[in-house]
Amino acid sequence: MKNSVFTIMKKELARFFGDKRMVITTIFLPGIMIYVLYTFMGDAIMNNFTTDEEYKPSVSVVNMPEELSPLFEAANLEIVECKEEQIDSVKQEIKDSKTDLCIVFPSDFETAVAEYSAADGKAAPNIEIYYNSSSTDSQTGYDVVTALLDGYESAMTNKFDINNTDKKYDLASDEDITGMIFSSMLPMLLLIFMFSGCMAVAPESIAGEKERGTIATMLITPVKRGHIALGKILALSVIALLSGVSSTLGTILSLPKLMGGEANGLIGNVYGVKDYACLAVVILSTVLLLITLISIISAFAKTIKEAQSYVSPLMIVVMLLGVTAMFGSGAKTDIVFYLIPIYNSVQCMVGIFSFDIVPTFIAAAVISNVVYAGLGAFILSKMFNSEKIIFNK
Amino acid sequence: MKELLKAQGLTKSFRLSKKQQQLEKTNQSIKVAANKISFSAYEGEIFGLLGPNGAGKTTTLRMLATLIKPDSGDALIDGHSIVKEPETVRAKIGFLTSELKLEEFFTPNYLFDFFSELHGIPDDVRDKRKQKLFGIFGIDRFAEVKIANLSTGMKQKTSLAISLVHDPSIIIFDEPTNGLDVITAKVVTDFLLDLKAEGKTIIVSTHIFSLVEKICDRVGIIINGKMNLCDTLEAVKDGKSLEDRFFEIYSAAVGEEV
Repeated sequence: MKNSVFTIMKKELARFFGDKRMVITTIFLPGIMIYVLYTFMGDAIMNNFTTDEEYKPSVSVVNMPEELSPLFEAANLEIVECKEEQIDSVKQEIKDSKTDLCIVFPSDFETAVAEYSAADGKAAPNIEIYYNSSSTDSQTGYDVVTALLDGYESAMTNKFDINNTDKKYDLASDEDITGMIFSSMLPMLLLIFMFSGCMAVAPESIAGEKERGTIATMLITPVKRGHIALGKILALSVIALLSGVSSTLGTILSLPKLMGGEANGLIGNVYGVKDYACLAVVILSTVLLLITLISIISAFAKTIKEAQSYVSPLMIVVMLLGVTAMFGSGAKTDIVFYLIPIYNSVQCMVGIFSFDIVPTFIAAAVISNVVYAGLGAFILSKMFNSEKIIFNK
Repeated sequence: MKELLKAQGLTKSFRLSKKQQQLEKTNQSIKVAANKISFSAYEGEIFGLLGPNGAGKTTTLRMLATLIKPDSGDALIDGHSIVKEPETVRAKIGFLTSELKLEEFFTPNYLFDFFSELHGIPDDVRDKRKQKLFGIFGIDRFAEVKIANLSTGMKQKTSLAISLVHDPSIIIFDEPTNGLDVITAKVVTDFLLDLKAEGKTIIVSTHIFSLVEKICDRVGIIINGKMNLCDTLEAVKDGKSLEDRFFEIYSAAVGEEV
């Protein structure tokens, strides 16, 4: 009788892997979709925020001071001098994205600057720059010009500089940056992937069998209800895990592209075997627990559709718990947090991704998850024994 | 003759929802589906439960098959209580009803093996049984076709074969010929007689008089959840046709209650 768990598992897996469409949509598609989507999003973001390097923003200047003229010419700008009367028409051109900038200097700019003293209490000479923030070219031109003018201003009254040498001042290593980004984003993403993997199979297998009347056929055999529950939970966990692994691979491979140039060197290879091993046990125990929870909820439902709507509150809770990884600094250091289901997984993942693994906490989380899943399996087997649940129509 | 099945006062009631109460035109929230049903079936006999729709036949059979638990009463199947030892009972009975479906994704061949494994049947025994049962019902012609693509008759034959993977000594059939064409129905009734000849005990529920007259040794007539009469076929008929006797009993029973 012991191997009836295995028989049930084998049947569940045969059911899943025998159906090519299910294998493709549950295991292959999620990873591929995520990779393609994130890569595409990364490229799109990069394209949106960088302009053609050859492009010269066209700048209309009124009252160009002689002293500044060489600075402007040295910069990569297309300069057109114009009169004060033309300002309004140039502004319209900026609105229409035909011209990028309009700079208006006070007519006596150089003398005003030379005479200005902060102690006077009078307003400093003001340069007006009209631009259009919705045009990338105009915005870029604006940034170039303000940087140029700021440089000019500080060159006149320079008293001190900050970090003005070639030394490396940001002492965070690539590893630290990766850890920070991964530990804030990945726990939530992984949790969502695990959850959707479970959602793809558990309602089908539990509520679906109820809906189609095939579970009762199994219940009139002398197999223990507990074995049926366990066999189903284990087989479904294997499938959900594969689906989760696919999504995770898609994410880890495409994350450097999504983050763009700022996070060069942001790759999974900063983590060692130990980190991945810890991550694997945590994920495994979480999937077991999620499958058990979704199976129990599905067992209450009469149809797959009903099961899916019953599960949505759980999904919201799980996502909220995932979001907590983005706040707070680092993993919690009180073991009690590692006994709270799902939340413990989030905390473990935060710890793992920020290179802060505490074996006791990981063990506490994994063991408590397995215990909760075991309890759940027991409840599920009791439910299989209940005529109200199996024959409720 | 060995008494293989003994039902003693099996009672089961269901809660009716508001909607069901309206449909049944009653304001009682509890419906007694089976009311103290007692009967015995003997080795090598076919026992027929006869009654109109909704009389409680299926509920009684479901209790015997351990799918639902009686509120009170018990039944002994080969000496084992359906309440206290459901797993032992399940190993001894074969149960067939139209509500128990086979997973459409699999083939008859795969499902036969799967259910044999759940019953713990050794491979060589299983293969012999499969060959024999698949031969009788002609399943070998569509053994590798998914259930989803089979006709109603083919599905019924497959369900029948699969309910017998463990060669049970007691076989419980709920409406065995419902929805079958005359030819398939004949294959099934002939097979029931073969099983009887092998010494099996068979319980069938039906509302078809001819089926009862043709195959049953004993008959129990259930009306409104109560066992009105239970005896040998000859004694129940009392020299008349079964149909005439049934309506006599029915009007007497319903007349009393109205």
